[in-house]
Amino acid sequence: MATKPIRSIKDPRGESAQFRRRALVGFLLILAGLGALVGRYVYLQVMRYNEFAVRSDSNRIKLRPIPPTRGLIYDRQGVVLADNVPAFRLEVVPEQVDDMDAMLAQLAQVVPLDKDDIDAFKKQLRLNRRFDNVPLKMHLSEDDIDRFAVNQWRFHGVQVASYFTRRYPLSELFAHVVGYVGRIDENDLDRLDPLLYKGTTHVGRSGIERSYEEMLHGTPGYEVDEVNADGQTQRVIETHPPTPGKNLYLSIDARLQKAATDAFEGRVGSAVAIDPRNGQVLALVSVPSYDPNLFVNGISHADYAALMGATDKPLLNRALQGAYPPGSTVKPFLALGGLEYGIRRPEDTVLSTGQFCLPGQTRCYRDDDRGGNGVVNMVRAIQHSTNTYFYKLALDMGIDRLSAWMSRFSFGDRTGIDLTGEAKGVLPSRAWKAAHSKFGWFPGETVIAGIGQGYWEVTPVQLAHAVATLAGHGVPYAPRLVMSTKALGELQPQPLPNPPTGPSLITKPSEWGVINEGMRAVITAGTGKGQFDGFPYEVAGKTGTAERFSRTSDAYDTNKNSAYLAARHRAWFEGFTPAEDPHIAAAAMLEAGAWGKDAAPIVRKIFDAWLSEQSPDSLPPPQLPVAPPRARPAPSASAPSEEMMQDGTEDLPAQASSAGATP
Amino acid sequence: MIDELQVRLVALAKRVLRRPRVDLLLVAGLLLLAAAGLVTLYSASGGDLSVVGGQAARFVFGGILVLLLSRVPPTLLRTWTPWLYLGSTALLVVVTVLGEGHGANRWLNLGVMRFQPSELLKLTMPMMVAWYLHPRQLPPGWKDIAVVGLLIAIPAGLIAEQPDLGTALLVAAAGAFALFLSGMAWWRIGLLLGAVAGAVPVAWHFLHEYQRNRVRTLLDPESDPLGNGWHIIQSQIAVGSGGVFGKGFEHSTQSRLEFLPEHTTDFIFAVFSEEFGLVGVAAIMLLYAFIIGRCLWIAMEARDTYSRLLAGAIGMSFFVYVFVNGGMVAGLLPVVGVPMPLVSYGGTSAVSLLTGFGVLMSIHAHRKTRD
Repeated sequence: MATKPIRSIKDPRGESAQFRRRALVGFLLILAGLGALVGRYVYLQVMRYNEFAVRSDSNRIKLRPIPPTRGLIYDRQGVVLADNVPAFRLEVVPEQVDDMDAMLAQLAQVVPLDKDDIDAFKKQLRLNRRFDNVPLKMHLSEDDIDRFAVNQWRFHGVQVASYFTRRYPLSELFAHVVGYVGRIDENDLDRLDPLLYKGTTHVGRSGIERSYEEMLHGTPGYEVDEVNADGQTQRVIETHPPTPGKNLYLSIDARLQKAATDAFEGRVGSAVAIDPRNGQVLALVSVPSYDPNLFVNGISHADYAALMGATDKPLLNRALQGAYPPGSTVKPFLALGGLEYGIRRPEDTVLSTGQFCLPGQTRCYRDDDRGGNGVVNMVRAIQHSTNTYFYKLALDMGIDRLSAWMSRFSFGDRTGIDLTGEAKGVLPSRAWKAAHSKFGWFPGETVIAGIGQGYWEVTPVQLAHAVATLAGHGVPYAPRLVMSTKALGELQPQPLPNPPTGPSLITKPSEWGVINEGMRAVITAGTGKGQFDGFPYEVAGKTGTAERFSRTSDAYDTNKNSAYLAARHRAWFEGFTPAEDPHIAAAAMLEAGAWGKDAAPIVRKIFDAWLSEQSPDSLPPPQLPVAPPRARPAPSASAPSEEMMQDGTEDLPAQASSAGATP
Repeated sequence: MIDELQVRLVALAKRVLRRPRVDLLLVAGLLLLAAAGLVTLYSASGGDLSVVGGQAARFVFGGILVLLLSRVPPTLLRTWTPWLYLGSTALLVVVTVLGEGHGANRWLNLGVMRFQPSELLKLTMPMMVAWYLHPRQLPPGWKDIAVVGLLIAIPAGLIAEQPDLGTALLVAAAGAFALFLSGMAWWRIGLLLGAVAGAVPVAWHFLHEYQRNRVRTLLDPESDPLGNGWHIIQSQIAVGSGGVFGKGFEHSTQSRLEFLPEHTTDFIFAVFSEEFGLVGVAAIMLLYAFIIGRCLWIAMEARDTYSRLLAGAIGMSFFVYVFVNGGMVAGLLPVVGVPMPLVSYGGTSAVSLLTGFGVLMSIHAHRKTRD
């Protein structure tokens, strides 16, 4: 294949020397090459060491959050209102699923998945990292778990995981107080601190659950895991346990709350009771209510539509958000203002003739009792709810002083109760009208403001707060539902301090005595007569009836049918007891009540329930014998109708339009 | 009896030491390298003794090959050379027709074992070039250079076509080194290299898309960190995070947690670098330099041109392995299937490398002084 070698020309010695030179050059080149290679390693391992060391660690170390356990909520006696119970949910590891839509379609054959579940899941899917598990369906039934278990092999990357779900054992009774938690959605992610909520699935949506979210939630712990390239944990390097949320103790006693709810007998309304000595809320009721458990793991469309469509609006928290004209319930506060401003002395009298006319006007404002109450002083005016007295007082005070005074009771503003979503109501004032109407302020509007009509709107919480402030000798406290908290490791619940929000509104104790006397007279011989018979302590109170609509016909004058009136009136009652040393103050409202005293039995039942829970030594000895002998004994139950016709017709201004009286 | 046996054994040992058939320095270097390779493999395989044992068995097999080949005189090898070359090239042709292997047609299934004919060329190629140049007037002229170029291009082209660019490069380099050592004039070398550089854009056109992607990825690995860039990025993280002193034996997290792909084979040197740091890298590089230097020393002592060129080419192509694999692991060169010699796990490359060292031992045993 090759030609014959021509040995003669070859020079073996020369070739050998040539080879030596070449080998040497070759070796030097190789050394240079290896040197360059080592140079590259120096560059990576010395100059860029820090960068790669960090990247190596971030490759292998993942922090996995451990969500904290949510704090429990108890009533005053330690009855559980909200707790955590184990449940099961379906979770998906997105990374392990090739075709998500096909998998979901197949899975739906095994475990019912509704559109809500899938929508929420897909939303979450977009937000999560690919290694994180995404919950698909919460609160699996035992059937679901069984069916999934036998089919699990078909669904790679889908697993059943246990978790704690929120439970509200007393259901409807505390729905408007405790509220509920709901699954965290996309909108929440904007406002929640991602560090605190990593791994948490639920957040407080309403009630205490929402307003005390920060305390209830706790602080997440985390696990430092070493993971492999597939994101699977190989070992746990260290664990920092979470700090569970604080347990909360409400000042409400579940039995009192139950009694207050039952007192409504299904009628729509609201009641709030407050301890005037410290602002603690003793009952907060809004009827009707709903089952908060429905919301925890995502309410179904059908359930939600039913709640939203109900005419009596069970989701509306009337105590907090229902704003209604207060009617005569504002009269004691107005009277107190008259004393404070020095406009009235207790003994100053007014002649009530049945109607009150502004000078130069032909249309007049009515008393409720035809022919009026005659000559009344302040006590009698409160007792009989004499409109003329308060028309004049309001007029003398003027709207500016009236609203300035009333605002000190938080009318027209939030009371500062520890719940979110409180409505402000409306306190009539020039400023308010200027913002809401193109007309200026008319004197007639001052007149009707004196009896809680016109623009006035208050919430049950506002009125309860105001009457509690009055009962507590004028010392204002923001209403508080949460009495104490208990963190992990604390032996006793720690009281939450709730100092007064300001100095007493009352400068002279004698003024308080006058109002107190008037409100006691309401119960003993006034518009609330007989409502608290047999109650061992003296009660001070005031009724109120407010119009639901403006009056457009004279039907009022001719039709005294109770059902007809109920359809047009809101019934209010406010009161406190023991009258001399108030321990509890309450306000109750019926959305459809004929007269103010229809609401009084609700307050009576609250007081009864409250009394049955008091230990004997925490109260002064009863001031009243069980069957009180009165100078003018209470009428027997057999003859009430005539009484009612006389005493019950109170409060209403006989004016064509109560809301917009034209001058 | 025992005394007599002892005397005989001592006499044998003395004879072996006085007239060793193998070069003890080269053996020492190779043993050290094999030991380092086994230690690294133990860690990279997660302490899998069956993997380490398998590799050790191949080293023993290769060692026996070395001892056997050291007895075969180079003159005999020279006589067989054309047939060996033709045979291995023929097998290459067969493999392109019948071969099997994932994605690349490089394997020939012999029933008992599969092997790559291209491995044979790593040895038969420098043999052939040395055989061709041995009787010629050296330094070679253009005609001989052209013939050698053809001898190199045919098998290298077949291998590149499989496609196995790494092996093609090694085979071509082995032939080219023989030509270089034969004393080819520098100006001719310069002209040829210039021509090769000019041909790069043309070669780019003939590359497979995946091969082009490998080059593209090398230039910017972060453009596709989870796909093509993954190897390069993870390998550099492993190397860089090793630092000067390394994370310590069995502490390569990149390998243990499987961020580093192919951490027992092509990328084992990244595991070594992560565990033993720059100090380990420098030590291994010194060891490689020592082995290559010793090979060239043996070549210089060889008694004829054929032996010289063959020994020198084998030693220098050892460098190509180290540079290409080390450069790939450090993100300097594109990802090609070139193992780190005697460190990477894998049968054929260890055996073919040791076969080459067997030939070197033979050349050493039959050096000038023993003619």
